[in-house]
Amino acid sequence: MDKHMEAKKRNQAYNRYVQAKIPKTKPWPSLFNSFLVGGIICCIGQGINDLILLWFPNMAEQSAWAYTLIVLIFIASFLTGIGVYDKIGKFAGGGSIVPITGFSNSITSPAVEFKHEGIIYGICVKMFTIAGPVIVSGVVASFIIGVIYLFI
Amino acid sequence: MYYLWVFLIGGLVCMLGQVLIIYTNITSARILVTFVLIGVLLQAFGIFDPISEFARAGINVPIIGFGASLAKGAISAVKSKGLLGAFTGGLEATAGGIAAAIFFAFIFSLIFKSKTKN
Repeated sequence: MDKHMEAKKRNQAYNRYVQAKIPKTKPWPSLFNSFLVGGIICCIGQGINDLILLWFPNMAEQSAWAYTLIVLIFIASFLTGIGVYDKIGKFAGGGSIVPITGFSNSITSPAVEFKHEGIIYGICVKMFTIAGPVIVSGVVASFIIGVIYLFI
Repeated sequence: MYYLWVFLIGGLVCMLGQVLIIYTNITSARILVTFVLIGVLLQAFGIFDPISEFARAGINVPIIGFGASLAKGAISAVKSKGLLGAFTGGLEATAGGIAAAIFFAFIFSLIFKSKTKN
């Protein structure tokens, strides 16, 4: 019993210590930055989409969006590789996570990080630490929606 | 002119992510999952397409668009293939993005070294 109390006290002290060490993000500037960067990334996406439709006027709208996202994913993956995307992320917070570029970053970043653990257990496994949950939840949810639509 | 809408809506969606970060200390994996699920729900209730018509990239570039096309793929595949469509539709619609993200991540992780070590 005594040991139990001691452990509880220690945990509380540790939690206080962690709380004190967590970097505090100032709400207002970070909200503005995420708005700014998120808006700019979306405008770049719209620009790519317009250029694709300008060069290939016969392309279906859905294919044009797919190409747009692929180009954005390529850019974000490259910027992650050369270490620039992390710097944007420090400034923008949610503005760099929520766009599809953040998804791309979340795959490339651990892949580069854990490269030294080998191709299979480093790159291929760690690639999905963040993307895994995203794909799983998306596929499960879309399956459920599909089944519901089957019956209505 | 519609770039203004793209900027405003895209910015607002991303700011919503930042609000979640500030008030709940949520991790980036949870943010992405949350927004994908929002996208799936918006598409399921048929709200996504009307928003997408004037917001364009503002709603398609955020990961909400990824969730919406998952749901859209599943819904339209169910109509043409039945139950099989519920299995194949979602990933079919988003295969381009997922494959691109995996392919580029693999190539660039072979080329570049980690910068955080120094």
